[in-house]
Amino acid sequence: MNSLTETTRRPTDWQGKDMQKRIAGRYAAERRFKAMGMAAIALSAGFLAFLLVVMVGNGFRGFTQTELPLQIDFPAVTGGASPSQFEGPNAEANLQAMGLRDIVDSSIEIQYGREGAELFSSGGWTAVGAKILDDPEIVERQATVYLPATSEIDVAYKGDGTPAAEEQVRELKGQLSTGFNWNFLSNSDATDPMQVGIWGAFKGSLITMIVTLMLAFPVGVLAALYLEEYAPKNRLTDLIEVSINNLAAVPSIIFGLLGLAVFLNFFGMPRSGALVGGLTLALMTMPVIVISGRNAVKSVPPSIREAALGIGASPLQVVFHHVLPLALPGILTGTIIGMARALGETAPLLMIGMRAFIATPPSGITDPATVLPVQIFLWSDEVDRGFVEKTSAAIIVLLLFLLVMNALAIYLRNRFETRW
Amino acid sequence: MTSATLLFLVIGLGLMAWFFGRLKAAGLQARDANARSVLHSLPNYHGWYVALWAILPAVLFMTVWSFVSPALITDAALTSPAAAQLPQDGFARAAILSEARAIAYGNQVNAFNPLSQSMVEPYRDAIAHYQMIGAIAALLLVFACGAYAWLKIKPDLRARTKIERVTMLLLLLASLIAIITTVGIFLSLVFETARFFSMVSPIDFLFGTEWNPKAVAGPRGETGFGAIPLFWGTIFIGAIIAMIVAIPLGLMSAVYLTQYAPAKFRSWMKPILEVLAGVPTVVYGYFAALTVAPALRDFAVSIGISNASSESALAAGIVMGIMIIPFVSSMADDSIAAVPSAMRDGSLAMGATQSETIKKVLIPAALPGVVGGVLLAVSRAIGETMIVVMAAGLAANMTANPFASVTTVTAQIVQLLTGDQEFDSPKTLAAFALGLVLFIVTLLLNLIALRVVKKYREAYE
Repeated sequence: MNSLTETTRRPTDWQGKDMQKRIAGRYAAERRFKAMGMAAIALSAGFLAFLLVVMVGNGFRGFTQTELPLQIDFPAVTGGASPSQFEGPNAEANLQAMGLRDIVDSSIEIQYGREGAELFSSGGWTAVGAKILDDPEIVERQATVYLPATSEIDVAYKGDGTPAAEEQVRELKGQLSTGFNWNFLSNSDATDPMQVGIWGAFKGSLITMIVTLMLAFPVGVLAALYLEEYAPKNRLTDLIEVSINNLAAVPSIIFGLLGLAVFLNFFGMPRSGALVGGLTLALMTMPVIVISGRNAVKSVPPSIREAALGIGASPLQVVFHHVLPLALPGILTGTIIGMARALGETAPLLMIGMRAFIATPPSGITDPATVLPVQIFLWSDEVDRGFVEKTSAAIIVLLLFLLVMNALAIYLRNRFETRW
Repeated sequence: MTSATLLFLVIGLGLMAWFFGRLKAAGLQARDANARSVLHSLPNYHGWYVALWAILPAVLFMTVWSFVSPALITDAALTSPAAAQLPQDGFARAAILSEARAIAYGNQVNAFNPLSQSMVEPYRDAIAHYQMIGAIAALLLVFACGAYAWLKIKPDLRARTKIERVTMLLLLLASLIAIITTVGIFLSLVFETARFFSMVSPIDFLFGTEWNPKAVAGPRGETGFGAIPLFWGTIFIGAIIAMIVAIPLGLMSAVYLTQYAPAKFRSWMKPILEVLAGVPTVVYGYFAALTVAPALRDFAVSIGISNASSESALAAGIVMGIMIIPFVSSMADDSIAAVPSAMRDGSLAMGATQSETIKKVLIPAALPGVVGGVLLAVSRAIGETMIVVMAAGLAANMTANPFASVTTVTAQIVQLLTGDQEFDSPKTLAAFALGLVLFIVTLLLNLIALRVVKKYREAYE
């Protein structure tokens, strides 16, 4: 390269010092590059691990609650109630007539003094009611029940509280204990973090998912069959394909705007209901089902169709009797993955009003409802420190469900999918 | 009888019709010794033929009736003596009527206006009257049409052909839902946006630099709807910070997994990385707000940036980038795999090391595919909502300081549509205008990306 006059060209001296150095440099670059690749993977996997560890670490404590013992001298405070009152159909009514809240409050005052009420979670007395219904004999004797402490004490006892609450915990040391928080699985949203639960949100998610599945699955499968098996090559078919591919890439929040403008304002459907939520999510999930369904249908070999046609089946019989059953595992796998995505979706549901405070679980598709991811979002906005671990606990529940759904999809794929 | 019960009843009767149709066809078949040559279709198809005849006209009628009957009910209620006391003024009259209607249907318990209470009874009567008429007519239709189809069952009735034609129509309808949805999205966005632009000038909206919809008061001459800060925030978080995280990590992971990693490692690692895309965005948002943002703020303070916000563009951008990694990685994976192996083998045979082959041959050859993948990733990042709502904040700042709080289009849509929605205020309608911009931009990005990827694939085929 230097100049044309340098004509004597010797063979490359591979063993020379320069060359050795050059090769060493190239190998070092090779190793650096490989290490960078490994670092990228380690970093990505590390992020995932860190995320899961933070959530599980925080959320684990959300399943427990800090409890204080309370002695209740039932014969004295109830004025001689008999166990038979709390059996049978009238039990609930009798319990309410008894004024349980005052009974618990006065017992607290006896044991912990005038400020005692500030130690207990305000809704904790309902646990006593549950206990009585569970074992009516309890009203004939003196009993010790464990009631949830306030959220401040709970947080401080778990080691993350305000100085004032830390002080309370030090005073109560020895009396505080930790129990499993059954409320968290059976209650709905509440203002007191000690009383919140995910049952309402879970039920809302379940109903919404059922609506989504009922709408998106049939439509998605039928559309996939039409496009893959029957659609003539024309403008309309092209338009359908473009719309489906486009819908699969539209940001989810746009579907929320659609639901708000069309389902709520135009058709006047009930706000915050699982019906509208399910409809909106179904529109979002349908393209996913169509795309995976088409791949599954495409992978069924043509010989199956030809054999069926050959023995006299009509085109529709070919598809519904032979192609569809063979493609079903693949379609189901795609459906479950689409449903898992819908289950974790939050933004479109915020648009259609599923972010209200809802303290009772929905009982139908038009009742105001909330879903797990929206509940997580709502709790994450709360100021009270007690909500941090509840939010993480709800995230654990949501992630568990997604894990189960994805595992099911993988199982289906491995178990039933045929390689032709 | 509510419409849901009626629907179930009609479907139940339809199933009975299926049974009778099948029975008759089977009877025809049994009567003839050489049955198969006589009956055109299998008895099942005759059953479906009768069932469809029984159900479809009745359901069609019920749909039409549900649109027609409210007007008839209102007319009937207005002829009642109670209606004489209603005010003549159109607006007050409509308010009272709608309240009475809500109570009569059981959607509302108490009336604010005593006049509404007096209208409830006439409404209830009218509703019961017309529901009864509708139910009777629907059931008559079921029986009449079912009987007509049943009588038509003959050995040479081409029941299967007819059923298949209906099924085909159903398939086509299912496919058309995709188009209807797309058109629905576009129309609803355009319609509300047009209303917004009748209040706020499009120029002010697209090129204004002040975003403060809360301060807007007057019905005309609104300011504070300049969306430039939102566009900047969206690009800053979604297209700059997130991509700075996602492109190197995603690309290098793909390169390592496809070129270096042993098959076993790859088969384990790929699904693990894909879990990153499966984690719900609300979880990422919470993670960003709870863990990443405070850590970044402490870091910023420690290096001397005192005004660092606890909600920062950096926190949202980094977490969003992590979410996008598997997306970039799988797109890069596909495009590297599409490079012909002759190119790779040639480079290796010339004595290039593996990394030289990757850097000088594979990546340049796969570049169009990678760029297409990155464009798709950007379109996904700018449409992402929950992470920015929870971690990026709501202050519309035009700043390139990653530790400052910025806001995005999606975060503002959520913010504008939270709480009271008044569909005549520009505040609510602005959300639809932002949505339209987002829709168009993501659509364009997707179309360009898909075209690039397709061109690239064709180049090597």
